[in-house]
Amino acid sequence: MSTVAIDLTGVRKSFGDKIVVDGLSFSVASGECFGLLGPNGAGKSTIARMVLGMVAPDSGKMTVLGETVPARARLARMRIGVVPQFDNLELEFTVRENLLVFGRYFNMSAREVQAVVPALLEFARLESKADARVAELSGGMKRRLTLARALINDPHLLVMDEPTTGLDPHGRHLIWERLRLLLARGKTILLTTHFMEEAERLCDRLCVLEAGRKIAEGKPRELIDEQIGCQVIEIYGGDPHELSALIRPYARHIEVSGETLFCYATDPEQALVQLRGRAGLRLLQRPPNLEDVFLRLTGREMER
Amino acid sequence: MREGYAAAMPANAYNWVAVWRRNFLAWRKVALASVLGNLADPMTNLFGLGLGLGIIVGRVDGTSYIAFLAGGVVATSAMTSATFETMYAAFARMHAQRTWEAILCTQLTLGDIVLGELAWAATKAVLAGTAIAIVAATLGYAAWASILYLIPVIAITGFVFASLAMVVIALAPSYDYFVFYQTLVITPMVFLCGAVFPVNQLPSAFQHVAGLLPLAHSVDLIRPAMLGLPTGGIGLHIGALCMYAVLPFFLSIALFRRRLMR
Repeated sequence: MSTVAIDLTGVRKSFGDKIVVDGLSFSVASGECFGLLGPNGAGKSTIARMVLGMVAPDSGKMTVLGETVPARARLARMRIGVVPQFDNLELEFTVRENLLVFGRYFNMSAREVQAVVPALLEFARLESKADARVAELSGGMKRRLTLARALINDPHLLVMDEPTTGLDPHGRHLIWERLRLLLARGKTILLTTHFMEEAERLCDRLCVLEAGRKIAEGKPRELIDEQIGCQVIEIYGGDPHELSALIRPYARHIEVSGETLFCYATDPEQALVQLRGRAGLRLLQRPPNLEDVFLRLTGREMER
Repeated sequence: MREGYAAAMPANAYNWVAVWRRNFLAWRKVALASVLGNLADPMTNLFGLGLGLGIIVGRVDGTSYIAFLAGGVVATSAMTSATFETMYAAFARMHAQRTWEAILCTQLTLGDIVLGELAWAATKAVLAGTAIAIVAATLGYAAWASILYLIPVIAITGFVFASLAMVVIALAPSYDYFVFYQTLVITPMVFLCGAVFPVNQLPSAFQHVAGLLPLAHSVDLIRPAMLGLPTGGIGLHIGALCMYAVLPFFLSIALFRRRLMR
């Protein structure tokens, strides 16, 4: 097995006049969790579909598990498990039947599927639901079944398109925990998400996308340190312009997003002293996160 | 680009079976309702038209009208069951249910899926067509021995109309468009192709058109067999049906690729 699971070089794709993926290059090592992070419409899903050979790039080179994609994508897909953005389980089938039918798509015999079903049900915490119709399952259970289904062929690589979108916090944490377990077992994960927290918790490395372009790449912690590297004060209420003038001396930079003022404070104590006397403000001091990196890089409503 | 189309074709000779088995499992859960629903319409036609009109019409081509009609109803029911299975059920699996999307994430190709769907629609055509042939044989309107010969002909007929309907669903934005195919193609074919009255009753221009339509070839193979008469031009009929099955099959894969793989 090659140590590079996915390699993209100069990949471009446009739909009509709209450039969706703009000269993207990245490489995912075996056993790594690599995140594609960006807002809706950044091109994340298109990239995931390209990796699976479902969208052909206009130009550029792609290799997935040693196979040239899209030409030999089918061979790569034999060793890939996919968790799509929208559940596409068989609602009228039972949990067990869903796994059986999906196993057949990988040319597995009924016996081969039956041999792996107990472990998959346990993994998805659906042991008691094996013979329940999928239509009767909760949203979180359906997602976990989708994840179990993606593992039926014992894939080397998992491609997950927004795996926790639409789940409640409990369901989300349960999925994250399962994914960490898979990483511990040596699986490679390509994950698209617009949840900064998800990316920060799971990804070894990530690529921040905007409008189909890579605007940053690296380890989450390093990106945060490089781009922000100081405490953040969130300020709600008051006039953003007046407030930013007040705290500018103590800030590396200041950003306004919606009604919130983000102060990247070199000297948070002094900034807070300036603000505390003022009525009608709510203040929150916290360590920096990927959200700040994204805000910084996309430069929405930058203030200086 | 050509490489992309090649990758969408069936990967091997057996991948489609998994798709057929998925549809079979889904059908098994509703089999009774499905069989009754699929047989009610052709049976009504056979007895309603056959006995009712038969009184007025008398004998057609030297046989009773209902015996003449039986072959037409077998061919027509194969056509409609394959058409409707594809237009409604397969379209739902491709579109709203996202079943195809899930399958495309496995090692199956688009061609494997389409082939599995065609084989399934042809299976449903065989069920419907054979059931009617058995009823006709039981009532003495058809030769029992002909049924074994009919099965492959009904299966090809099913493939043909499933394949044609695949092109329709590859192009149709929604269910609303199917009615055009149904009213402008399927229904006229019943009357042009000799299913309910002999083609030689038509003006000669229409007879020429009928000779090009797939249902006419099915009827020309099925009816003489059921009546125990010699069948002419078997090779020509089979060849024409194979063309109608194979060309739309490849066309639909190319169209689906444009629709789904982007």
